Amino acid sequence: MSFLSIERLTQQFPDGQGGMLTVFENASFGIEKGEFVCILGHSGCGKSTIMNILAGLAEPSSGVVKMDGFGVSGPSLDRGVVFQNYSLLPWLSALHNVTFGVKAREPGWSKAQVEEHSRKFLSMVGLEGDVVHRKPSQLSGGMRQRVSIARAFANQPKLLLLDEPFGALDALTRGTIQDELLKIWSGTEQTVFMITHDIDEAILLADRILLMTNGPFAKVAESVEITIPRPRNRTEIIEHPNYYAIRNHLVQFLGKRSKELAGQPSDGDNKPVTVRIDKTAPAEAEAEPEHAPKLRAVND
Amino acid sequence: MMGTLSENRRAALLSVSMLVIGLLIWEAAIPAQQAAGELTEYELLTGGGAPKAGVPPPSEIFTKAWEELSNPFYDAGPNDKGIGIQIGYSIYRVLSGYFMAAAIAIPLGFLIGMSAVAYKAFNPFIQVLRPISPLAWMPLALFIIQDSELSAIFVIFICSIWPMLINTAFGVAGVRKDWINVARTHELGAMRTAFTVILPAAAPTIITGMRISIGIAWLVIVAAEMLVGGTGIGYYVWNEWNNLDLTSVIFSILMIGVVGMVLDSIFTLAQRAVAYAE
Repeated sequence: MSFLSIERLTQQFPDGQGGMLTVFENASFGIEKGEFVCILGHSGCGKSTIMNILAGLAEPSSGVVKMDGFGVSGPSLDRGVVFQNYSLLPWLSALHNVTFGVKAREPGWSKAQVEEHSRKFLSMVGLEGDVVHRKPSQLSGGMRQRVSIARAFANQPKLLLLDEPFGALDALTRGTIQDELLKIWSGTEQTVFMITHDIDEAILLADRILLMTNGPFAKVAESVEITIPRPRNRTEIIEHPNYYAIRNHLVQFLGKRSKELAGQPSDGDNKPVTVRIDKTAPAEAEAEPEHAPKLRAVND
Repeated sequence: MMGTLSENRRAALLSVSMLVIGLLIWEAAIPAQQAAGELTEYELLTGGGAPKAGVPPPSEIFTKAWEELSNPFYDAGPNDKGIGIQIGYSIYRVLSGYFMAAAIAIPLGFLIGMSAVAYKAFNPFIQVLRPISPLAWMPLALFIIQDSELSAIFVIFICSIWPMLINTAFGVAGVRKDWINVARTHELGAMRTAFTVILPAAAPTIITGMRISIGIAWLVIVAAEMLVGGTGIGYYVWNEWNNLDLTSVIFSILMIGVVGMVLDSIFTLAQRAVAYAE
């Protein structure tokens, strides 16, 4: 039994013409404690809906989510969320946005204790000094997302949900904050579930990537293990023999197979197929040699 | 030289010159009261020497203002009280009615804003009651309450409740879903969500409603006091009109404007205090 187990989750919405639209059906997968899992898929496949169900902000049409063996319903401090649009309270300073969460988590703490704890997590994402007293409107997009990440980590939830946290940031800022996220994450045993659109981001951060087919009737088709050892570094992982093999597999899936596999209703328990690509291992472990790169980038 | 002055200074200079020019034109346009000595015997016999009522020149109003403002709180009987006392009565009535209205409108507005059912249930009543001129309530209030003082306060209450109610409901209903979700994922209870998330998020809209209400209340109190009489700045204006003392009428009009401005600027400060940028 996994730490977090999602069992036969189905979501349907009225399609506006009297019928029902099935976004995803019988999605089942598990996440282990301390694991960093990314979910990749095209828009409309229901990634955000899955996230909202895990956060307890939405109810599935059917299926259950169990954490530590208990069914999950409604939002809880055990499941922290970092929203794409930061969702900082604009009338509070960066520091108070973090203390807001810590106070809710630890009602018994003194003011000084709450503030010290909050400042510690803000400094982990590189926010120190006077900048913590600024209001979100006086911070750049990158800084706002740092505050949001600090708020989530400071609460030390059992499960941290990240909903495309870097989607609204420019590529350079995104890189910096990915590094900070890795840094703050590696110091904890935090279990993370993250939605992303960015393949490289997913490879850099995740232990495992879940691949979703296109909707309607989307499903979690594959679970790809990232066989690149940690600690990872964005400039070094691209040198790893597995990097392009994994990347090509993901690109192939999103570009072609997510469409081919889409659209078929099914009643089985749609457990994802585990894919392990490891070019450093002996040859028989090779999963899909046809996706292995024959050529590297032109400049190489 | 104009180019070196800041925008504010130039505006102030322009304001002052408009005021001075306006006052000079006004002063010059009022024909001076002819001295009795210059009149013919016939004119004196026909009453030409008696002081005629007329719009007073600004100089007279300044003299009057100086007189009144140097002793604003004297009380020489029911028909002769200082301007400070009259304004005090009006402010007392406005604030009592206003705070009663706020005490009902803001919690009720919260409820209406948070619940779609409550919104739909209350909306027809609000839509019918809101456009009623507050003074139309006066006869009913006088009959039921049997007290002119309380009736005036009731009229203030009924006119200031609507903007506060509607703005509170609107502000609360418009709080971003994301912020509510932040409260939910932090397991905040209903009361804590209301006070730590919804109230600060809706505060600018609520204060705007309160500002509109105080403006309307101050407009209405003058008319209400003209009706109920006794004390207050509205009564004062009407009383001086009956006395044909136009100098006092103009002076009190100015005072109504000044007090209204002060009330409004208090809310401007409050608005600034709760404003936030997204």
